[in-house]
Amino acid sequence: MITAAATDIDPFSIEFLADPLPFHERLRELGPVVYLEKYDVHAVARYDEVHRSLTDWQSLQSGAGVGLSNFLREKPWRPPSLLLEADPPRHDAPRAVLQNLLSPRRLRVLEAHWQADAADVVATALDGAGPGGTVELDAVTDLAEVFPLRVFPDAVGIGKSGREHLLPYGDFAFNAFGPQNALVTEPAKTIGPTTAWIGEQCLRENLTPDGFGAQIWAAADRGDITEAQAPLIVRSLLTAGVDTTVTGIAAVVHAVATHPDQWERLRADRSLLPRAFEEAVRLESPVQTFFRTTTTDTTIADVTLPPERKVLMFLGAANRDPRRWEDPDRFDLSRDPSGHVAFGMGLHQCVGQHIARLEATAVLGALLDRVASVELVDTPRRHLNNTLRGWESMPVRMTLA
Amino acid sequence: MSTTRNDRGILVVTARRDVAADVVELTLVRPDGSRLPDWAPGAHIDVVLPTGLTRQYSLCGDRWDAASYRIAVQREPDGRGGSSWLHDHGVPGVTLGFGGPRNNFRLAPAEDHLFIAGGIGITPLLPMIRQAELLDLPWRLLYLGRRRDRLAYLDELTAHGDRVTVHCADELGRAELDAWRPSDPRTRVYACGPERLLDAVAAWGAVPGGFAPRIERFSATTGETPPATTFDVVAARSGVTATVAEDESIVTALRRAGVDVITSCAQGVCGTCETDVLEGRPDHRDSLLDDAERAASRCLFPCVSRSRDPRLVLDL
Repeated sequence: MITAAATDIDPFSIEFLADPLPFHERLRELGPVVYLEKYDVHAVARYDEVHRSLTDWQSLQSGAGVGLSNFLREKPWRPPSLLLEADPPRHDAPRAVLQNLLSPRRLRVLEAHWQADAADVVATALDGAGPGGTVELDAVTDLAEVFPLRVFPDAVGIGKSGREHLLPYGDFAFNAFGPQNALVTEPAKTIGPTTAWIGEQCLRENLTPDGFGAQIWAAADRGDITEAQAPLIVRSLLTAGVDTTVTGIAAVVHAVATHPDQWERLRADRSLLPRAFEEAVRLESPVQTFFRTTTTDTTIADVTLPPERKVLMFLGAANRDPRRWEDPDRFDLSRDPSGHVAFGMGLHQCVGQHIARLEATAVLGALLDRVASVELVDTPRRHLNNTLRGWESMPVRMTLA
Repeated sequence: MSTTRNDRGILVVTARRDVAADVVELTLVRPDGSRLPDWAPGAHIDVVLPTGLTRQYSLCGDRWDAASYRIAVQREPDGRGGSSWLHDHGVPGVTLGFGGPRNNFRLAPAEDHLFIAGGIGITPLLPMIRQAELLDLPWRLLYLGRRRDRLAYLDELTAHGDRVTVHCADELGRAELDAWRPSDPRTRVYACGPERLLDAVAAWGAVPGGFAPRIERFSATTGETPPATTFDVVAARSGVTATVAEDESIVTALRRAGVDVITSCAQGVCGTCETDVLEGRPDHRDSLLDDAERAASRCLFPCVSRSRDPRLVLDL
């Protein structure tokens, strides 16, 4: 029997989270399947094995949790997600409802509104500067956080007050997929009111009549899902729909700020805009990792794992695997980024991915309308999270067209 | 790899077995044996025959087997030749085009189920029954037919004992269908079979406090233009034209001509490559569009979908 190469790398250490790329390379080179001694779990970091693990829901379940905690043995910190932390058949109905609701065809009605909102958010961030002027701003706090918080809660239809809970809740939920390190135990002391607020927003009476939330409840009225499921499905939107898009938008700004030649290409040919976003999320992989749990004896690249073993998938490492991507560390608008796994793949692939695309291309389009060049003025500061790879702050200088 | 490996919408027959008089079961796999798109009970695929006919068949196999689909085909002597072709020529080694799976007949979470099958209408209900068993939920089946030897999968079903009621007209005359109308709002009804049966079940409407029966009808398509084997695809914004060969996708052909379309799943499942259609009638092969959206054909998924006309113009 072939065994996986063992390593003492800790993917949830501060050192790893602050700069995962060198660790990703070591993990990829150790072998197709590696064994993480510290957590007694296996892991995959190469593209083929990550893709295979994401799509093979029959062998690699999500219902035992997609974090380190094994729900077969441990109590989850909150009622499990009906989407992310569920398998067929229970996963079917909630997924079908959201997939239909969030399809590109349904989202088209939002496009013009969101473009106008993006123009407004960009105008505010540029602080009234005129043509040829320069502005220094924080691409995270003045732009990437502002836009999703402006459009997404309204699209879901939650109340106007208390929205400051959204980012901390998402941050906590994504931290909670990791071990009980300080990123979890410190905010856990104060997360109670935030969790309660999120729960209240998901109730029928607290949602506007026209948003995604109300449409989820309408699906319960039609009998596509149960009334007990509806609030948890709304919760999924609020958990997974904010911090992720903030990071995605920041990723594309970071990519163009650090690749001025690619920004010029984009200015010259706006049809590259969707590709710029895909390439940026390939490069940054806002969601870095998820776990699966084996349902049965499962063979991944000649390594056979017994049932109920946790397998950690490094999406970020797969998206820079040189076996799959030529010159993987380069942000390159000549590249076809199709097939990246930043949104996952298969049955559980990000159901909100089309929202993420719409948001990011709206912001990037608004920047292209106004900005001639963008550059970093200081080293961006990372925001550490057990699962997400984002920024706390990204000071940039924009020169207006 | 993932973007090109699965882009031929082709299945190969690997097994054939008689499951009732005039009903043949076919097992279908990809030529390279790789995973097929995921599906849920109630789903069907479009089978594209070498004659150019497209026919819909419910998936009746096991979705825990990711590499194969199973369909059961009843010979329809009055049909337009789709079922006869599969009966006469559908042997191991034969290749068929396919689209989907699509699902207009989803199983909703429920505490109790009444399944009503008329003849070959049993096919979409089989995976539903297996699922109810898996979840340990109560269910009953009323299985109607003219003669016992024409009812497929009878042995598998009668093994469930008194959950299953078989009613054959040659033994018992016409069934008193309305006696089966549930009175408990928690019971969800799923029916598939001949039009007359489905009309009768649909007429029950919703039990107060409950939901209307869900029924699966396969609308007969008439005068449909067969898919084009090869066709030209025009990317209107860039003015590029590419010829799509029989064994490649629109995406592959456009990439060769220098136009990249961003895809993700490359199976018509995720929706990433949704593209507006400006001219031409698509041959839809995705899992995403419903019948109304297909009829409108304002968009298509070029990772799997093709064309009925010799020229298809896309907003690319």
